[in-house]
Amino acid sequence: MQRIFLRGCAAGFGLLLSAAGVLAAQAQSVSHVGNLTGNAAAGAREYRRYCVGCHGQAGDGLGENAMWVDPRPRDFTAAVFKCRSTPTGTLPTDDDLYRSVTRGFVTTNMPSWEPLTRQARANVVAYIKTFSSRWSQGPGTPIPVPPETPATMESILHGRQLFQSMECWKCHGAAGHGDGPSASTLTDSKDNPIRPYNFASGSRFKCGDSNADLYRVFMTGLDGTPMPSFADNIQPNDAWDLVHFLRTLQPMPSPEAALWQAWLPGHAGELKPIGPD
Amino acid sequence: MRSRFALSLTLLALTASLTGALAGPGGNAGSVSGTVTFTGTPPKMRPIDMSKEPSCAAQHATPLMNETIVSGPGNTVQNAVVYISAGDQPSAAPTQTVRYDQKGCEYLPHVLVMHAGQPLEIYNDDQTSHNIHPLARTNPEWNKSQPPGSPAIKATYAQPEFIPVKCNIHPWMHGYFVVLNTTHGVATGNDGKFSIAGLPPGKYTVTAWHEKFGTLSQEIEITGSSAATANFAFKALPY
Repeated sequence: MQRIFLRGCAAGFGLLLSAAGVLAAQAQSVSHVGNLTGNAAAGAREYRRYCVGCHGQAGDGLGENAMWVDPRPRDFTAAVFKCRSTPTGTLPTDDDLYRSVTRGFVTTNMPSWEPLTRQARANVVAYIKTFSSRWSQGPGTPIPVPPETPATMESILHGRQLFQSMECWKCHGAAGHGDGPSASTLTDSKDNPIRPYNFASGSRFKCGDSNADLYRVFMTGLDGTPMPSFADNIQPNDAWDLVHFLRTLQPMPSPEAALWQAWLPGHAGELKPIGPD
Repeated sequence: MRSRFALSLTLLALTASLTGALAGPGGNAGSVSGTVTFTGTPPKMRPIDMSKEPSCAAQHATPLMNETIVSGPGNTVQNAVVYISAGDQPSAAPTQTVRYDQKGCEYLPHVLVMHAGQPLEIYNDDQTSHNIHPLARTNPEWNKSQPPGSPAIKATYAQPEFIPVKCNIHPWMHGYFVVLNTTHGVATGNDGKFSIAGLPPGKYTVTAWHEKFGTLSQEIEITGSSAATANFAFKALPY
Protein backbone atom coordinates (compact mmCIF):
# COMPACT_ATOMS: atom_id res chain seq x y z
CA MET A 1 0.00 0.00 0.00
CA GLN A 2 2.69 2.38 1.07
CA ARG A 3 4.75 1.48 -1.96
CA ILE A 4 1.84 2.31 -4.27
CA PHE A 5 1.48 5.56 -2.40
CA LEU A 6 5.13 6.46 -2.95
CA ARG A 7 4.94 5.47 -6.60
CA GLY A 8 1.98 7.77 -7.01
CA CYS A 9 4.04 10.53 -5.41
CA ALA A 10 6.92 9.90 -7.79
CA ALA A 11 4.67 9.88 -10.84
CA GLY A 12 3.03 13.12 -9.72
CA PHE A 13 6.42 14.69 -9.20
CA GLY A 14 7.54 13.50 -12.66
CA LEU A 15 4.45 15.02 -14.25
CA LEU A 16 5.13 18.28 -12.47
CA LEU A 17 8.72 18.25 -13.75
CA SER A 18 7.73 17.60 -17.34
CA ALA A 19 5.10 20.32 -17.13
CA ALA A 20 7.83 22.67 -15.91
CA GLY A 21 10.01 21.55 -18.84
CA VAL A 22 7.29 22.37 -21.37
CA LEU A 23 6.75 25.76 -19.74
CA ALA A 24 10.50 26.48 -19.89
CA ALA A 25 10.61 25.48 -23.56
CA GLN A 26 7.75 27.83 -24.30
CA ALA A 27 9.36 30.62 -22.34
CA GLN A 28 12.61 30.33 -24.28
CA SER A 29 10.94 30.06 -27.67
CA VAL A 30 10.40 33.75 -28.26
CA SER A 31 12.87 36.34 -29.52
CA HIS A 32 12.96 40.09 -29.08
CA VAL A 33 14.41 42.07 -31.95
CA GLY A 34 13.74 45.79 -31.70
CA ASN A 35 9.97 46.16 -31.37
CA LEU A 36 9.33 42.70 -32.84
CA THR A 37 8.58 39.55 -30.88
CA GLY A 38 9.55 36.39 -32.73
CA ASN A 39 7.47 33.27 -32.28
CA ALA A 40 9.08 29.84 -32.49
CA ALA A 41 6.01 28.01 -33.81
CA ALA A 42 5.85 30.43 -36.75
CA GLY A 43 9.64 30.26 -37.09
CA ALA A 44 9.46 26.48 -37.42
CA ARG A 45 7.49 26.90 -40.66
CA GLU A 46 10.10 29.26 -42.12
CA TYR A 47 12.87 26.99 -40.90
CA ARG A 48 11.38 23.92 -42.61
CA ARG A 49 11.11 25.80 -45.85
CA TYR A 50 14.40 27.73 -45.99
CA CYS A 51 16.90 26.38 -43.43
CA VAL A 52 16.29 22.64 -43.13
CA GLY A 53 18.22 21.70 -46.31
CA CYS A 54 21.53 22.56 -44.68
CA HIS A 55 20.86 22.86 -40.94
CA GLY A 56 18.71 19.73 -40.78
CA GLN A 57 15.39 18.77 -39.22
CA ALA A 58 16.99 18.41 -35.80
CA GLY A 59 19.03 21.62 -36.13
CA ASP A 60 22.23 19.57 -35.89
CA GLY A 61 23.76 20.97 -39.09
CA LEU A 62 23.30 17.64 -40.88
CA GLY A 63 20.73 18.56 -43.51
CA GLU A 64 20.83 16.75 -46.83
CA ASN A 65 23.07 19.41 -48.41
CA ALA A 66 25.45 19.54 -45.46
CA MET A 67 28.01 17.09 -46.80
CA TRP A 68 28.67 19.33 -49.80
CA VAL A 69 28.95 22.48 -47.77
CA ASP A 70 32.26 23.81 -46.46
CA PRO A 71 32.46 25.34 -43.90
CA ARG A 72 29.81 23.05 -42.43
CA PRO A 73 26.37 24.43 -41.54
CA ARG A 74 26.01 25.54 -37.93
CA ASP A 75 24.93 22.86 -35.45
CA PHE A 76 22.29 24.61 -33.34
CA THR A 77 22.16 21.74 -30.83
CA ALA A 78 25.67 22.73 -29.64
CA ALA A 79 24.57 26.38 -29.20
CA VAL A 80 28.05 27.70 -30.03
CA PHE A 81 28.05 30.80 -32.24
CA LYS A 82 30.83 32.76 -33.94
CA CYS A 83 29.32 36.20 -34.35
CA ARG A 84 28.32 37.63 -30.99
CA SER A 85 28.35 40.89 -29.11
CA THR A 86 28.74 38.89 -25.87
CA PRO A 87 31.89 37.54 -24.14
CA THR A 88 33.46 34.21 -25.12
CA GLY A 89 31.64 31.20 -23.66
CA THR A 90 28.26 32.96 -23.52
CA LEU A 91 25.24 32.82 -25.79
CA PRO A 92 24.59 35.56 -28.36
CA THR A 93 21.73 38.02 -28.03
CA ASP A 94 18.60 37.75 -30.19
CA ASP A 95 19.89 40.79 -32.06
CA ASP A 96 23.18 39.02 -32.82
CA LEU A 97 21.35 36.01 -34.30
CA TYR A 98 18.96 38.27 -36.19
CA ARG A 99 21.87 40.18 -37.71
CA SER A 100 23.60 36.92 -38.69
CA VAL A 101 20.45 35.63 -40.43
CA THR A 102 19.99 38.98 -42.15
CA ARG A 103 23.62 39.48 -43.18
CA GLY A 104 24.49 35.90 -44.13
CA PHE A 105 28.13 34.82 -44.02
CA VAL A 106 30.37 35.85 -46.89
CA THR A 107 32.74 33.13 -48.18
CA THR A 108 30.30 30.45 -46.94
CA ASN A 109 27.08 28.92 -48.30
CA MET A 110 24.92 30.91 -45.87
CA PRO A 111 23.14 33.59 -47.90
CA SER A 112 21.61 36.80 -46.65
CA TRP A 113 17.98 36.25 -45.66
CA GLU A 114 17.04 39.88 -46.01
CA PRO A 115 14.32 38.95 -48.55
CA LEU A 116 12.31 37.41 -45.69
CA THR A 117 10.23 39.86 -43.68
CA ARG A 118 11.68 41.20 -40.43
CA GLN A 119 8.99 39.31 -38.54
CA ALA A 120 9.87 36.04 -40.31
CA ARG A 121 13.56 36.45 -39.43
CA ALA A 122 12.69 37.17 -35.79
CA ASN A 123 10.52 34.01 -35.79
CA VAL A 124 13.39 31.92 -37.16
CA VAL A 125 15.66 33.27 -34.41
CA ALA A 126 13.10 32.18 -31.80
CA TYR A 127 12.95 28.71 -33.36
CA ILE A 128 16.74 28.30 -33.52
CA LYS A 129 16.80 28.76 -29.76
CA THR A 130 14.64 25.66 -29.19
CA PHE A 131 17.39 23.27 -30.32
CA SER A 132 19.54 23.48 -27.18
CA SER A 133 18.64 23.46 -23.49
CA ARG A 134 21.52 25.89 -22.98
CA TRP A 135 19.14 28.69 -23.98
CA SER A 136 17.44 28.42 -20.61
CA GLN A 137 20.42 30.42 -19.30
CA GLY A 138 19.86 33.44 -21.53
CA PRO A 139 22.50 35.39 -23.45
CA GLY A 140 25.66 37.01 -22.09
CA THR A 141 25.96 40.74 -21.43
CA PRO A 142 27.22 42.50 -24.57
CA ILE A 143 30.76 43.82 -24.21
CA PRO A 144 31.04 47.62 -24.21
CA VAL A 145 32.33 49.17 -27.43
CA PRO A 146 33.59 52.66 -26.50
CA PRO A 147 33.55 55.45 -29.13
CA GLU A 148 36.14 54.96 -31.84
CA THR A 149 39.40 56.88 -31.46
CA PRO A 150 40.66 58.95 -34.45
CA ALA A 151 42.37 56.90 -37.15
CA THR A 152 45.84 58.48 -37.17
CA MET A 153 49.19 57.22 -38.41
CA GLU A 154 50.26 56.90 -34.76
CA SER A 155 47.25 54.70 -34.03
CA ILE A 156 47.93 52.50 -37.07
CA LEU A 157 51.58 52.02 -36.11
CA HIS A 158 50.65 51.11 -32.55
CA GLY A 159 48.11 48.65 -33.91
CA ARG A 160 50.89 47.12 -35.98
CA GLN A 161 52.94 46.63 -32.79
CA LEU A 162 49.99 44.87 -31.21
CA PHE A 163 49.60 42.63 -34.28
CA GLN A 164 53.19 41.57 -33.54
CA SER A 165 53.04 41.35 -29.73
CA MET A 166 49.61 39.66 -29.50
CA GLU A 167 50.95 37.14 -32.03
CA CYS A 168 48.10 37.61 -34.50
CA TRP A 169 50.66 36.86 -37.22
CA LYS A 170 51.11 33.28 -36.00
CA CYS A 171 47.85 32.38 -37.71
CA HIS A 172 47.00 35.37 -39.90
CA GLY A 173 50.53 35.74 -41.30
CA ALA A 174 52.94 38.69 -41.37
CA ALA A 175 51.02 40.38 -44.18
CA GLY A 176 47.60 39.15 -43.03
CA HIS A 177 47.33 36.59 -45.82
CA GLY A 178 46.13 33.85 -43.44
CA ASP A 179 49.41 31.97 -43.88
CA GLY A 180 51.12 32.18 -40.48
CA PRO A 181 53.19 29.27 -39.09
CA SER A 182 50.19 27.76 -37.22
CA ALA A 183 47.64 28.34 -40.01
CA SER A 184 47.86 24.91 -41.62
CA THR A 185 47.20 23.10 -38.33
CA LEU A 186 43.96 24.82 -37.37
CA THR A 187 40.73 22.93 -36.79
CA ASP A 188 37.37 24.07 -35.45
CA SER A 189 35.68 22.51 -32.42
CA LYS A 190 34.30 19.70 -34.59
CA ASP A 191 37.79 18.86 -35.86
CA ASN A 192 37.13 20.21 -39.34
CA PRO A 193 40.06 22.11 -40.89
CA ILE A 194 39.54 25.87 -40.79
CA ARG A 195 41.44 28.79 -42.31
CA PRO A 196 42.37 32.02 -40.59
CA TYR A 197 40.92 35.11 -42.30
CA ASN A 198 42.97 36.32 -45.25
CA PHE A 199 42.83 40.13 -45.08
CA ALA A 200 44.11 40.44 -48.64
CA SER A 201 41.27 38.37 -50.11
CA GLY A 202 39.07 41.46 -50.36
CA SER A 203 36.10 39.68 -48.80
CA ARG A 204 34.08 41.40 -46.13
CA PHE A 205 34.37 40.22 -42.53
CA LYS A 206 32.04 37.38 -41.58
CA CYS A 207 30.59 39.18 -38.58
CA GLY A 208 29.84 42.53 -40.22
CA ASP A 209 31.94 45.07 -42.07
CA SER A 210 32.04 48.11 -39.77
CA ASN A 211 35.01 49.01 -37.58
CA ALA A 212 32.89 48.22 -34.51
CA ASP A 213 32.17 44.72 -35.89
CA LEU A 214 35.90 44.17 -36.32
CA TYR A 215 36.50 45.44 -32.76
CA ARG A 216 33.98 42.87 -31.48
CA VAL A 217 35.57 39.98 -33.38
CA PHE A 218 38.82 39.95 -31.44
CA MET A 219 37.31 41.14 -28.13
CA THR A 220 34.63 38.40 -28.06
CA GLY A 221 36.50 35.73 -30.03
CA LEU A 222 34.73 33.53 -32.56
CA ASP A 223 33.49 30.64 -30.43
CA GLY A 224 33.86 27.18 -31.94
CA THR A 225 36.91 28.34 -33.93
CA PRO A 226 40.60 28.82 -33.01
CA MET A 227 40.05 32.62 -32.79
CA PRO A 228 40.31 33.45 -29.06
CA SER A 229 38.98 36.41 -27.10
CA PHE A 230 41.49 39.17 -26.35
CA ALA A 231 39.15 41.04 -24.02
CA ASP A 232 41.39 40.42 -20.97
CA ASN A 233 44.57 41.46 -22.76
CA ILE A 234 43.78 44.46 -24.97
CA GLN A 235 42.60 47.80 -23.58
CA PRO A 236 39.80 49.56 -25.51
CA ASN A 237 42.05 52.32 -26.94
CA ASP A 238 44.61 49.75 -28.03
CA ALA A 239 41.84 47.69 -29.59
CA TRP A 240 40.86 50.61 -31.82
CA ASP A 241 44.53 50.96 -32.84
CA LEU A 242 44.53 47.32 -33.89
CA VAL A 243 41.30 47.84 -35.86
CA HIS A 244 42.94 50.76 -37.70
CA PHE A 245 45.98 48.70 -38.56
CA LEU A 246 43.91 45.70 -39.76
CA ARG A 247 42.13 47.99 -42.22
CA THR A 248 45.49 48.73 -43.90
CA LEU A 249 45.86 45.00 -44.67
CA GLN A 250 42.71 45.00 -46.77
CA PRO A 251 42.76 45.91 -50.46
CA MET A 252 39.53 47.90 -50.39
CA PRO A 253 39.65 51.66 -49.88
CA SER A 254 39.30 52.95 -46.32
CA PRO A 255 40.52 56.10 -44.51
CA GLU A 256 43.10 53.95 -42.70
CA ALA A 257 44.40 52.37 -45.91
CA ALA A 258 44.66 55.82 -47.54
CA LEU A 259 46.73 57.14 -44.62
CA TRP A 260 48.95 54.08 -44.69
CA GLN A 261 49.57 54.16 -48.43
CA ALA A 262 50.48 57.87 -48.30
CA TRP A 263 52.86 57.33 -45.39
CA LEU A 264 54.54 54.08 -46.42
CA PRO A 265 56.71 55.07 -49.44
CA GLY A 266 58.83 57.49 -47.36
CA HIS A 267 59.06 55.26 -44.29
CA ALA A 268 59.18 51.63 -45.38
CA GLY A 269 62.74 51.26 -44.04
CA GLU A 270 61.68 52.26 -40.50
CA LEU A 271 59.36 49.29 -40.08
CA LYS A 272 60.58 46.27 -38.16
CA PRO A 273 59.36 43.20 -40.03
CA ILE A 274 56.49 41.29 -38.39
CA GLY A 275 57.30 37.72 -37.39
CA PRO A 276 59.56 35.79 -35.01
CA ASP A 277 62.03 38.00 -33.05
CA MET B 1 0.66 12.56 0.22
CA ARG B 2 2.86 15.57 -0.06
CA SER B 3 3.81 15.50 3.62
CA ARG B 4 4.85 11.86 3.38
CA PHE B 5 7.04 12.65 0.36
CA ALA B 6 8.62 15.56 2.25
CA LEU B 7 9.21 13.28 5.24
CA SER B 8 11.04 10.69 3.13
CA LEU B 9 13.15 13.46 1.59
CA THR B 10 14.09 14.72 5.06
CA LEU B 11 14.96 11.20 6.16
CA LEU B 12 17.13 10.78 3.09
CA ALA B 13 18.93 14.04 3.80
CA LEU B 14 19.42 13.03 7.45
CA THR B 15 20.93 9.67 6.52
CA ALA B 16 23.19 11.37 4.00
CA SER B 17 24.47 13.91 6.53
CA LEU B 18 24.95 11.19 9.16
CA THR B 19 27.00 9.00 6.85
CA GLY B 20 28.91 12.11 5.81
CA ALA B 21 29.74 12.84 9.47
CA LEU B 22 30.87 9.26 10.01
CA ALA B 23 33.32 9.54 7.16
CA GLY B 24 35.27 12.36 8.80
CA PRO B 25 39.02 12.05 9.45
CA GLY B 26 39.74 9.16 11.77
CA GLY B 27 36.15 8.02 11.38
CA ASN B 28 34.83 4.77 10.04
CA ALA B 29 36.14 5.21 6.48
CA GLY B 30 37.78 2.81 4.09
CA SER B 31 39.87 3.29 1.01
CA VAL B 32 40.53 1.79 -2.37
CA SER B 33 43.87 1.61 -4.13
CA GLY B 34 45.43 -0.14 -7.05
CA THR B 35 47.44 0.17 -10.22
CA VAL B 36 46.47 1.06 -13.77
CA THR B 37 48.33 -0.87 -16.46
CA PHE B 38 47.86 -1.84 -20.09
CA THR B 39 48.39 -5.00 -22.10
CA GLY B 40 49.33 -5.20 -25.76
CA THR B 41 51.36 -2.87 -27.92
CA PRO B 42 50.69 0.82 -27.52
CA PRO B 43 51.26 3.17 -30.46
CA LYS B 44 54.74 4.68 -30.48
CA MET B 45 54.79 8.21 -29.12
CA ARG B 46 56.84 10.55 -31.24
CA PRO B 47 58.95 13.53 -30.25
CA ILE B 48 57.28 16.92 -30.69
CA ASP B 49 58.86 19.35 -33.14
CA MET B 50 58.83 22.72 -31.38
CA SER B 51 61.16 24.46 -33.83
CA LYS B 52 58.42 26.96 -34.67
CA GLU B 53 58.50 28.12 -31.05
CA PRO B 54 62.20 28.44 -30.13
CA SER B 55 61.48 29.91 -26.66
CA CYS B 56 59.70 26.66 -25.76
CA ALA B 57 62.06 24.30 -27.57
CA ALA B 58 64.92 25.78 -25.49
CA GLN B 59 63.20 24.66 -22.26
CA HIS B 60 63.45 20.98 -23.16
CA ALA B 61 66.93 19.42 -23.08
CA THR B 62 65.57 16.43 -24.96
CA PRO B 63 62.52 16.88 -27.19
CA LEU B 64 59.20 16.51 -25.38
CA MET B 65 57.35 13.35 -26.38
CA ASN B 66 53.69 13.24 -27.35
CA GLU B 67 51.76 12.70 -24.11
CA THR B 68 48.72 10.79 -25.37
CA ILE B 69 50.03 7.63 -23.72
CA VAL B 70 52.65 7.95 -20.98
CA SER B 71 53.75 4.76 -19.35
CA GLY B 72 56.26 3.62 -16.74
CA PRO B 73 58.16 0.34 -16.16
CA GLY B 74 55.81 -2.66 -16.11
CA ASN B 75 53.35 -1.08 -18.58
CA THR B 76 51.90 1.25 -15.96
CA VAL B 77 49.63 4.00 -17.22
CA GLN B 78 50.19 7.62 -16.24
CA ASN B 79 47.49 10.30 -16.60
CA ALA B 80 44.60 7.90 -16.12
CA VAL B 81 41.87 9.23 -13.85
CA VAL B 82 40.41 6.84 -11.28
CA TYR B 83 37.24 8.01 -9.56
CA ILE B 84 34.11 6.84 -7.79
CA SER B 85 31.46 6.93 -10.50
CA ALA B 86 28.54 5.58 -8.46
CA GLY B 87 27.66 5.06 -4.83
CA ASP B 88 29.33 8.21 -3.53
CA GLN B 89 27.64 10.77 -1.30
CA PRO B 90 26.91 14.14 -2.91
CA SER B 91 29.76 16.50 -2.12
CA ALA B 92 30.19 20.26 -2.16
CA ALA B 93 32.86 21.81 -4.35
CA PRO B 94 36.16 22.32 -2.47
CA THR B 95 37.08 25.99 -2.16
CA GLN B 96 40.80 25.56 -2.80
CA THR B 97 41.93 26.55 -6.28
CA VAL B 98 43.29 24.03 -8.76
CA ARG B 99 46.16 25.27 -10.90
CA TYR B 100 46.90 24.58 -14.57
CA ASP B 101 50.21 25.71 -16.04
CA GLN B 102 51.48 26.25 -19.54
CA LYS B 103 55.23 25.82 -19.37
CA GLY B 104 57.59 25.02 -22.21
CA CYS B 105 54.53 24.78 -24.46
CA GLU B 106 53.30 21.86 -22.37
CA TYR B 107 50.27 21.55 -20.13
CA LEU B 108 51.16 20.81 -16.51
CA PRO B 109 49.54 18.62 -15.40
CA HIS B 110 48.53 16.93 -18.64
CA VAL B 111 45.26 15.84 -17.00
CA LEU B 112 43.78 18.10 -14.34
CA VAL B 113 41.15 16.64 -12.02
CA MET B 114 38.70 19.04 -10.38
CA HIS B 115 35.30 19.06 -8.75
CA ALA B 116 32.35 20.68 -10.50
CA GLY B 117 32.23 24.28 -9.28
CA GLN B 118 35.80 24.25 -7.97
CA PRO B 119 37.81 27.42 -8.79
CA LEU B 120 40.39 26.93 -11.54
CA GLU B 121 43.33 29.21 -12.39
CA ILE B 122 45.29 28.94 -15.61
CA TYR B 123 48.81 30.38 -15.83
CA ASN B 124 51.08 31.14 -18.77
CA ASP B 125 54.69 30.71 -17.61
CA ASP B 126 56.08 31.00 -21.14
CA GLN B 127 57.60 33.84 -23.13
CA THR B 128 55.03 33.33 -25.86
CA SER B 129 51.28 33.81 -26.20
CA HIS B 130 48.99 30.86 -25.72
CA ASN B 131 45.29 30.56 -26.27
CA ILE B 132 43.41 28.28 -23.90
CA HIS B 133 40.62 26.53 -25.72
CA PRO B 134 38.77 23.94 -23.62
CA LEU B 135 36.45 22.13 -26.06
CA ALA B 136 33.54 21.73 -23.65
CA ARG B 137 30.19 20.48 -24.87
CA THR B 138 28.06 20.20 -21.75
CA ASN B 139 29.66 23.28 -20.20
CA PRO B 140 30.02 26.50 -22.22
CA GLU B 141 32.91 26.49 -24.68
CA TRP B 142 35.22 29.50 -24.46
CA ASN B 143 38.56 30.42 -25.99
CA LYS B 144 40.85 33.07 -24.48
CA SER B 145 44.25 34.38 -25.44
CA GLN B 146 46.91 34.71 -22.75
CA PRO B 147 50.04 36.68 -23.69
CA PRO B 148 53.20 36.25 -21.57
CA GLY B 149 53.00 37.90 -18.17
CA SER B 150 49.24 38.33 -18.18
CA PRO B 151 47.30 37.44 -15.01
CA ALA B 152 45.81 34.00 -14.43
CA ILE B 153 42.59 33.15 -16.25
CA LYS B 154 39.96 32.23 -13.67
CA ALA B 155 37.19 29.79 -14.52
CA THR B 156 34.84 27.21 -13.04
CA TYR B 157 32.93 24.37 -14.65
CA ALA B 158 29.46 23.76 -13.26
CA GLN B 159 28.77 20.37 -14.89
CA PRO B 160 30.85 17.18 -14.68
CA GLU B 161 32.56 16.61 -18.04
CA PHE B 162 35.76 15.31 -19.64
CA ILE B 163 36.97 18.36 -21.53
CA PRO B 164 39.81 18.22 -24.08
CA VAL B 165 41.96 21.36 -23.87
CA LYS B 166 44.05 22.69 -26.71
CA CYS B 167 46.12 25.64 -27.77
CA ASN B 168 45.44 26.56 -31.37
CA ILE B 169 48.72 28.47 -31.73
CA HIS B 170 50.79 25.42 -30.71
CA PRO B 171 48.96 22.45 -32.21
CA TRP B 172 50.91 19.87 -30.22
CA MET B 173 49.53 21.18 -26.91
CA HIS B 174 46.78 18.86 -25.71
CA GLY B 175 45.44 18.28 -22.24
CA TYR B 176 42.29 17.44 -20.32
CA PHE B 177 40.12 19.01 -17.67
CA VAL B 178 38.37 16.19 -15.84
CA VAL B 179 35.43 17.72 -13.98
CA LEU B 180 33.87 15.26 -11.53
CA ASN B 181 30.94 15.50 -9.16
CA THR B 182 32.90 13.66 -6.49
CA THR B 183 35.94 14.59 -4.43
CA HIS B 184 37.05 10.95 -4.76
CA GLY B 185 39.02 11.13 -8.00
CA VAL B 186 42.76 11.17 -8.74
CA ALA B 187 45.09 11.08 -11.73
CA THR B 188 47.71 8.34 -11.74
CA GLY B 189 51.42 9.06 -11.64
CA ASN B 190 54.11 7.36 -13.69
CA ASP B 191 53.87 4.21 -11.54
CA GLY B 192 50.17 3.89 -12.45
CA LYS B 193 49.25 3.78 -8.76
CA PHE B 194 46.24 5.48 -7.20
CA SER B 195 44.67 5.63 -3.77
CA ILE B 196 41.30 7.02 -2.80
CA ALA B 197 40.65 7.41 0.92
CA GLY B 198 37.73 8.59 3.03
CA LEU B 199 35.08 6.20 1.71
CA PRO B 200 32.29 5.40 4.19
CA PRO B 201 31.09 1.77 4.21
CA GLY B 202 29.01 0.88 1.19
CA LYS B 203 29.06 -0.35 -2.39
CA TYR B 204 30.85 1.71 -5.01
CA THR B 205 31.65 1.67 -8.69
CA VAL B 206 35.26 2.61 -9.37
CA THR B 207 36.01 3.83 -12.89
CA ALA B 208 39.35 4.35 -14.58
CA TRP B 209 39.40 6.73 -17.56
CA HIS B 210 42.18 7.32 -20.04
CA GLU B 211 42.10 9.70 -23.01
CA LYS B 212 43.19 7.00 -25.47
CA PHE B 213 42.25 3.71 -23.81
CA GLY B 214 38.69 4.62 -22.78
CA THR B 215 37.05 3.57 -19.51
CA LEU B 216 36.97 0.49 -17.29
CA SER B 217 34.78 0.03 -14.22
CA GLN B 218 34.52 -2.38 -11.33
CA GLU B 219 32.39 -2.77 -8.22
CA ILE B 220 33.89 -2.69 -4.74
CA GLU B 221 32.46 -2.92 -1.26
CA ILE B 222 33.85 -1.10 1.76
CA THR B 223 33.04 -2.57 5.17
CA GLY B 224 34.22 -0.71 8.24
CA SER B 225 37.57 0.85 7.50
CA SER B 226 38.64 -1.79 5.02
CA ALA B 227 41.13 -1.12 2.25
CA ALA B 228 39.81 -2.43 -1.06
CA THR B 229 41.93 -3.13 -4.10
CA ALA B 230 40.99 -2.34 -7.68
CA ASN B 231 43.49 -2.92 -10.46
CA PHE B 232 42.73 -1.88 -14.00
CA ALA B 233 44.32 -3.29 -17.16
CA PHE B 234 43.52 -1.46 -20.40
CA LYS B 235 43.94 -3.20 -23.73
CA ALA B 236 46.15 -1.30 -26.15
CA LEU B 237 44.89 -2.15 -29.62
CA PRO B 238 47.52 -2.16 -32.34
CA TYR B 239 46.76 0.16 -35.24
